[in-house]
Amino acid sequence: MLQIKNLHAKVGDKEILKGINLTINDGEIHAVMGTNGAGKSTLSNVIVGNPNYEVTEGSILFNGQDLLQMSPEERAQAGVFLSFQAPVEIPGVSMTNFMRAAVNARRQALGKEPLKSTDFLKLMREKRKLVEIDQKLMNRSVNEGFSGGERKRNEIFQMAMLDPTFCILDETDSGLDVDALRIVADGFNKLRTAETSAIVITHYQRLLDYIRPDFVHVLIDGRIVKEGTADLARQIEETGFDWIKEELV
Amino acid sequence: MKSEQQYIELYQEAASIIKAKSCPVMNAVRNEAFSTFQCLGFPSKKVERYKYTDVDAAFAPNYGISLSPLTVKPSSYIFNIKDAPIDVTPYYHRVADVTDAITALNTALVHETLLVYVPKNTVVEDPVVVDNYLRGTAATMMNRRVLIVMEQGAKATIVMNDKATDKQQYLTTQVVEVYCHDNATLDLYEIEETTPLCARFSNVYIREGRDCSVKHNVFTLFNGLTRNLCDVYLQGEHGEVTLNGCAIGSGSRHIDNNTLIHHQVPQCVSRECYKYVVDDKSVGAFAGKILVDKDAQKTSSHETNANLCASSDARMYTQPMLEIYADDVKCAHGSTVGVMDEAALFYMRQRGIPEDEARALLKNAFMGEVVDQVKNEALRQKLYVKVEKRFRGDFEKCEDCQLCKK
Ligand SMILES: Nc1ncnc2c1ncn2[C@@H]1O[C@H](COP(=O)(O)OP(=O)(O)OP(=O)(O)O)[C@@H](O)[C@H]1O
Ligand SMILES: [Mg+2]
Repeated sequence: MLQIKNLHAKVGDKEILKGINLTINDGEIHAVMGTNGAGKSTLSNVIVGNPNYEVTEGSILFNGQDLLQMSPEERAQAGVFLSFQAPVEIPGVSMTNFMRAAVNARRQALGKEPLKSTDFLKLMREKRKLVEIDQKLMNRSVNEGFSGGERKRNEIFQMAMLDPTFCILDETDSGLDVDALRIVADGFNKLRTAETSAIVITHYQRLLDYIRPDFVHVLIDGRIVKEGTADLARQIEETGFDWIKEELV
Repeated sequence: MKSEQQYIELYQEAASIIKAKSCPVMNAVRNEAFSTFQCLGFPSKKVERYKYTDVDAAFAPNYGISLSPLTVKPSSYIFNIKDAPIDVTPYYHRVADVTDAITALNTALVHETLLVYVPKNTVVEDPVVVDNYLRGTAATMMNRRVLIVMEQGAKATIVMNDKATDKQQYLTTQVVEVYCHDNATLDLYEIEETTPLCARFSNVYIREGRDCSVKHNVFTLFNGLTRNLCDVYLQGEHGEVTLNGCAIGSGSRHIDNNTLIHHQVPQCVSRECYKYVVDDKSVGAFAGKILVDKDAQKTSSHETNANLCASSDARMYTQPMLEIYADDVKCAHGSTVGVMDEAALFYMRQRGIPEDEARALLKNAFMGEVVDQVKNEALRQKLYVKVEKRFRGDFEKCEDCQLCKK
């Protein structure tokens, strides 16, 4: 599904990713953990093509395609989805219009007709139920005045609407209350198919109790410094990152 | 030779023909208006109210003057001034600023006037629509004159559409005089959908008596060079005026709105909101002055000009002005110039929305507030569609595409 090789990226003059290697096969869940400022969100942004980040070296293949040559919208239309750590507000653009434009863009890329209005509203209703997001939020502008938790829930709602094959959840758990976390994680699990792969970025084991990772990677200072299975996440939850840092020197 | 010379010569040659086609009330002020124009010439950029538009250059091409007759659709409220059911002498060229060079030129050259007359206490339910289609096979100058007389307690919505489709150079001068007697209510729209080859100089003058409520809405959707002036004189207590403006520039279009709201008596309310989206290499200019006389106590006035520069080559000039001589007033004004919200743009693209469409959605969101202000429901819905479509494509850019080629 996704092959990242020797990826280097910078913001402005600052090099943040310093040679990331990561291979994700169909259906795999990879957790990425790491200290604040290590470069986890940077990695997410580079994968989805945020123009603020400059790739200086390395490659990313997505189902054999050179992802770095694709525009952000082409990547999204091909099935790459990022649940943002901090989703932005878009005043004046209603959730419904926004979602309709996004769904139809993805459908067009898949060679399908745009959804009829009634079918679109039906899809909205169905997916809203899945993540138990309030109808009232749909009548508002995108994320405008949404609470932190509502925004995160809205991200997963959008994921449900767009049916991506590769998802990145960047700290989707932060800001969610205990019940919301369960609902959102369950929603994610229901949406997954055997082919869906994901990178789950988190600081806490709790999310990984719901979304069980096949592999865990530790990112520190722009490099993946340790890899393991689900146990590694539990170990980090208990003991932090110091022991990993010590191993490095 | 400066551009005014050819218009002076034109007048000298054509005055007798124009007068013959016109009517006494218009001819009565014609020579004097011409003298004023001859004396002033076209305003240079040093003239305060014309500093953002090169008038001389716009009038430089050699246009043929159109003297074709008005076609007035039969209606109970629209007349050729020749057939006016009232004496228009107290109104014609009485509301306008006779010292403005464009108004003077228009008054000298115009041969017909369209009159919208709404009698006392008459409520006109359906909008009165005035369509102006620019047509013709040669570069043409049109001089348009509209007089709107709202008698006491009259109520109407008037929509003036300005359209051009032919690929031809047109120059329009327009003077609209609005005289609202006490207690009149007017909702006035000007919607321009012309082409990059068109130049438009429009001067709108509104005089309000007691307890009047006027809303002026100007939408520049497609244009070439546009200069809109709108002056409002609040001359009766408890008068209200709202100026609502939408300007959309792309390509190398030029949109200049210049307004004056003159509070001459106490207790009046004015609101003004103009929004611009300028893209590509287009230029937008807004200058809005609120003038409050010494006696105009308890004036309440709110003016905003908000602008979105969608490209780094686009230019926006903004100049809100307050000039207050009374001491007991509530006045606020402000302007903002912003750029596209890159974070929002990226968020949408991450959801698969193509960049052009994401930009269109953001621009449309920005302009939505102005369309929301449109009172007439049917017109509002129509304008939502027009504005949205406008942001999805500039037919100027369409000229090379095979689909559009005939
Ligand atoms: N647009 C930017 N401009 C300047 N510096 C940036 C920018 N984006 C990220 N950085 C810097 O890059 C580094 C990595 O940031 P990143 O957001 O990728 O960290 P993270 O691993 O996601 O951290 P957290 O766990 O706190 O979310 C940080 O030092 C951050 O300040
Ligand atoms: Mg982060």
